Formats: sequence, structure tokens, C-alpha cells
Amino acid sequence: MSDPEQNSENKYGTDPHVLLRIVSKFLIPLIALFAFYVQFHGDYGPGGGFQAGVILAASVILYALIFGLAEAKKAFPPRLIRYGMTLGILLYGGTGVLNFILGGEFLNYSTLAHDAAHGQHYGILAVELGVLVTVTTVMIAIFYAFGSRQPETSDEDW
Amino acid sequence: VSFIAAAAAEPAFSVPVLLLDISLLALLVVIAFAIVRMRELFGIVMLQGVYSLVSAAWFVSLDAVDVAFTEAAVGAGVSTVLMLSAMLLADRKSTPVPMRRQFGALAVVILAGGAMLYAVGDMPGFGDVNSPANSYVGMDFMAKTAEEIKIPNVVTAVLASYRGVLLLLGLNGNAGRWEARPNGQMLHESTAPSAADAEDARDEEQKEEGPS
Repeated sequence: MSDPEQNSENKYGTDPHVLLRIVSKFLIPLIALFAFYVQFHGDYGPGGGFQAGVILAASVILYALIFGLAEAKKAFPPRLIRYGMTLGILLYGGTGVLNFILGGEFLNYSTLAHDAAHGQHYGILAVELGVLVTVTTVMIAIFYAFGSRQPETSDEDW
Repeated sequence: VSFIAAAAAEPAFSVPVLLLDISLLALLVVIAFAIVRMRELFGIVMLQGVYSLVSAAWFVSLDAVDVAFTEAAVGAGVSTVLMLSAMLLADRKSTPVPMRRQFGALAVVILAGGAMLYAVGDMPGFGDVNSPANSYVGMDFMAKTAEEIKIPNVVTAVLASYRGVLLLLGLNGNAGRWEARPNGQMLHESTAPSAADAEDARDEEQKEEGPS
């Protein structure tokens, strides 16, 4: 993340993809932001943790496509993937176990608040967050797994 | 319930929507043939992305916005990129397969296609109020979400609240088992009331296909 700023002069000077790089630099934060919109409005409109996770992963994948896999692995280290994949499942399953502890059934979120519907809202939020984390990291993991076999794409390959 | 009566009074589709559906499906057929005939890997991958986008548009026309969203994000977005990465790993050249070795594949395709066409006769009509998806437990969810969960998006309520265990299994990658179950197979009166078990899961097929 830090490097491209410093040597942007010589890096972009002879770069045939300068337009792509600049436009996607502008787009990537917006894509990530849209992912969070989809995530937190899943209750009210189409979308939810899965779609948001895919979109969030797409922003990282776009970064990797444009700036190279090495840069992407600096921005989103592969070790985060391992934690993320398990953390998401734990968040999801943990919500269910918490319902057990509070005296309800597994994944019956009504116990999470005094009002049953509020409990459902909290539960959906927690569960969707778990889905988001897992889906994002798994998608990035798949992409890293593919991309790492041939780290740099030469222009002739297209 | 009033909204069921309102839905029944409306025709299932209007002529402009029908025309739109037909042209989108025709476009899908054209793209599919283009993919089959094309020899350039990059073009094929791009056309697959186009195919996903057109089907996403078609899903919107069917009011299945959640499915459309997933199709656009996964089909047109991530899987296109994954196909591109896979393409870069593949060989650039290949020897053509002789004609006589293609008959087996052709037979499989014709058999599978014929089986699907045969099954079409047993499917409920589009927008049929008495179809399994629009009755029993599906309607139960539609009616109860408003008072029990109090969120507008029924799909999210079904996925996270009523079918939470299934979604958890889906995250673990085991949900594929249930996808093959025919629609409405497990829907009896006894299992209908918003049971949260994974047994009779895939009933809201048209809407919740995405997240598993």
C-alpha cells in the first residue's frame, strides 16, 4: 500500500495501464464501501453477508489484478485468511451457542434481547457478519491460490 | 390474508415483461452458442461473464433480486476473475478432438437435456399461487416474518433466522447436498410450521438459492 505513492512517477511514466490503475484506485474504496452497504442493509433490501463478502473480496481481487499479487498480499496478508475463515464460522456458531447459554434453542436469536424481534435483529446482524468474514476470506483464498501459481501476468497472455 | 388475494387478482405477468423475458432468454441461448463455437479462451471467459449478467437481469425481471445480486457478484464478478486466472494456467494450444470421440459427450448432453425438458411438464406454472413455493411453509414465512422478525427482506429472515442451521452448514461447504432435492418434496402439513430443521430446507428455492 505504501510503495506506489512514493515511486508513482517512474512507475506510471511508462506504464501502458496507467488509466486502469488510476481509475481502479478511485473505484476500489467505493467497491469496499458498497460491500458494507450491502452487508448492513441486508435486512431491508436485497443482499446480505454472502453478497457483501463477494463484493469485498472483489475489491481486493481488483487490487491484485491491477497492482500485482505481491502488492495485494501486502495489503491483505494471506495469514488474515486463515484467521478470517475460522473467525467467521466461530462468530456464526458462537451466536448459536450464546442462544443456548441464554436459554433458547441453537440459533434462535429471540433470546438475545428482551424483545424477541430485537433479538432476531441482533442475531441476524451477528450471523451475517460471520458470513461476511468467511466468504470474503475464502474468495480471496481461492484467488490467491490460483494467482500464486503464476505470479505475474505478461501482456502477451491476454 | 389480504396480500395473497391481491397477488392472485393480478395477472402473473404483463406483455412487456413477457417480451423482456423472452428476449433475455433468447440472448442467453445466443451467448451459449457463441461460447460453444468460440475458440479463444479470453473471449469465452468474457462471454461467460456476459451470460451471468444477462441471467442476473432476467432474475430481476422475475423479482428474485437476491438471486440476481448473487449472480451478478459471483457469476459476473468473482468467477470471471477465477476463470481468467485458470485460463492463464491452461495450455495455449490443444489438438482438436476427433469427431468419433465426441458422440459420447453429445449423448450425455441430449439425455440430460431431454430429462430436464421432461421434468418441465411437472413444474407449476409461473406465478401459480398453488405451487409448493407459494404455499405451505413458504407462505408461512411470508406471513410470519412481518410480526416475528420485523424486517422487510423475507429472504434474509428465512436465511438467517428460520434456516440458520442450514446457512451454517452452507458456510461449511456441505449445503450442496440439499440443493439437489426437488422443490416441494418434503413439504407436508406436518413439517410445514416454520420448523428450523434442515430437513425440508430448500423450499423457497426461487428466492434463497444464493448464500449456500
